[in-house]
Amino acid sequence: MATTPVLGERALPPGGARSFLMRLRGGEEIAYTITFTAAAAIFVITALICYELFAQSEISRHKFGWAFLFTSEWDPVAGKFGALPFIYGTVITSVLALLIAIPQGIGSAIFLAEMAPARISNALTFLIELLAAVPSVIYGLLGVFILVPVLQKSVVPALKSVFGALPIFQGAFYGVSYFSAGIVLSVMIVPFIISVSREVLISVPRDQREASLALGASKWQTVWLVVVPNASTGIMGSIFLALARALGETMAVTMVIGNTPQIKASLLAPGYSIAAVIANEFTEATGDLYLSALIELGLVLFGVTFVLNGLARILIMATAQKGAHS
Amino acid sequence: MKPSSHWKNIVNFAMFGLTGLCALVSVGTLVFILGYLVFNGGKSLSMSFFTNLPAPVGEVGGGMANALLGSGKVLLLATLIGIPIGFLGGVYLSEYSGKTIAFVIRYVTDLLNGVPSIVIGIVVYTLVVHPMGHFSTFAGGVALGIMMIPISVRSTEEYLLAVPPSLREAAFALGAPKWKAIITVVIPAAMRGIISGTMLDLARVAGETAPLLFTALGNQFWSPGWNQPSATLPVMIFTYAIAPYEDWHRQAWAAGFVLLMLVLLINVTARMALSKGSYVPRG
Repeated sequence: MATTPVLGERALPPGGARSFLMRLRGGEEIAYTITFTAAAAIFVITALICYELFAQSEISRHKFGWAFLFTSEWDPVAGKFGALPFIYGTVITSVLALLIAIPQGIGSAIFLAEMAPARISNALTFLIELLAAVPSVIYGLLGVFILVPVLQKSVVPALKSVFGALPIFQGAFYGVSYFSAGIVLSVMIVPFIISVSREVLISVPRDQREASLALGASKWQTVWLVVVPNASTGIMGSIFLALARALGETMAVTMVIGNTPQIKASLLAPGYSIAAVIANEFTEATGDLYLSALIELGLVLFGVTFVLNGLARILIMATAQKGAHS
Repeated sequence: MKPSSHWKNIVNFAMFGLTGLCALVSVGTLVFILGYLVFNGGKSLSMSFFTNLPAPVGEVGGGMANALLGSGKVLLLATLIGIPIGFLGGVYLSEYSGKTIAFVIRYVTDLLNGVPSIVIGIVVYTLVVHPMGHFSTFAGGVALGIMMIPISVRSTEEYLLAVPPSLREAAFALGAPKWKAIITVVIPAAMRGIISGTMLDLARVAGETAPLLFTALGNQFWSPGWNQPSATLPVMIFTYAIAPYEDWHRQAWAAGFVLLMLVLLINVTARMALSKGSYVPRG
């Protein structure tokens, strides 16, 4: 590389170095090389994360194979590790969170992007961006001390009196449960659905709206029949993005899910999630197999969120492209 | 009016109300969170929180001075690691890379941004903590530094691209080579955006807990230097909140209040600065 000896001569006094750089014909190459190295570092780091998770989980992958994902016994003392209870807990809480967050998030996004007057919309968008900035451990704190007691005292008894016959509301409720974790997660992912969906909705070309309004459609008809269908792939992307967040969310879930490795149909039962078991047991893991099994859980989480995020970005980009071309 | 248009207006009005309600509930959550933290945290907060070390269980008057300093150190290190890579990567993306490469880098950056924070914690454990043999402030800084990179890249790129082409052209017309135009004209023009982006980035990782659990770990005492386990504010909130002691819960509320105020303050300041910029892309 022509630039290497040049960089090696950096030890000049500041004034000298400056005029030296100015005279340099290879300034362009230096700037290019430095910035390119930084950009390449992003690749290297991402690849390294991938590789480390794969390499460090080797003992566990070798010993259990695919059965790791489908067995439910988690017994560190006996050296038996099955991830099913954690996968189950992660999926149940995330699905529950999406069921609540999708209608609320998309409704809010439609209001902010289409229905509300500009000034109200701007102010509310600002507040929702702040909401997205609240750290997850704060959600956990509120979950433990505010949400769980409220659920225990009034919400769950009310739910039980109406839907008590359903299998998902069976059994005793101790506060910490899939249900509590799902609700906390839903609150956490709503801001993401709102901000991405809102941007996607705004990117729908203006003439589409005007054509619809000119035909005599009301504002809502325009939104529902023209704008939302146009933005649907992007909205789908925002949901995937939120799902990936929910699956990987650690602190708030750890604090309210109950940390019990079991599989129960009832949402009111305590459970466990992938991220939570890593958070709780990683520093206490004795033995290579135990640590390796926890890292394999990390690999699973990484793989799933990687695919979801990848899909989400493609969907969002596809919508933005459509908006740019028409 | 025809009956159909009457019905149309009713639906329109109803949906305005319904979607408005959704937005109101979402924003209401923020008010609710703030309210509870100000109420519970404010009444638990005292001067000793900022000046004392954590007290043993049963003793009152403990603080989290070590966690405040620990968080500060971890964040400083994270900024020193994450921001240069992110900033330079962003410059490459907006100024040098071709269309295809830019697409690929952007994509990978977004994927890195989506990696769950606990997974970053695992990887830094295997790459830094394990070889060094102990948990440390340094490892915590590396973990948060990696998390800062993606946002820094994307915000730097965004604000550089928003600099009007006329500024670049003026620099070129004066005979400046590209690199000089970038350093002396383009980057200064985008500086306000880039600094605000960095602040938002910092605010985001300031509240991260999961990647610190097995990198910086925690510490009941001061952590001198960079090579020892260190207490940090978010991890303290977690451990104090799940402990069974009343007094620790009060401390957790106080710490939560301080953390949230810090994060929101940085956010509001950065966003205000952004909205005053003249060529900052909106939305």
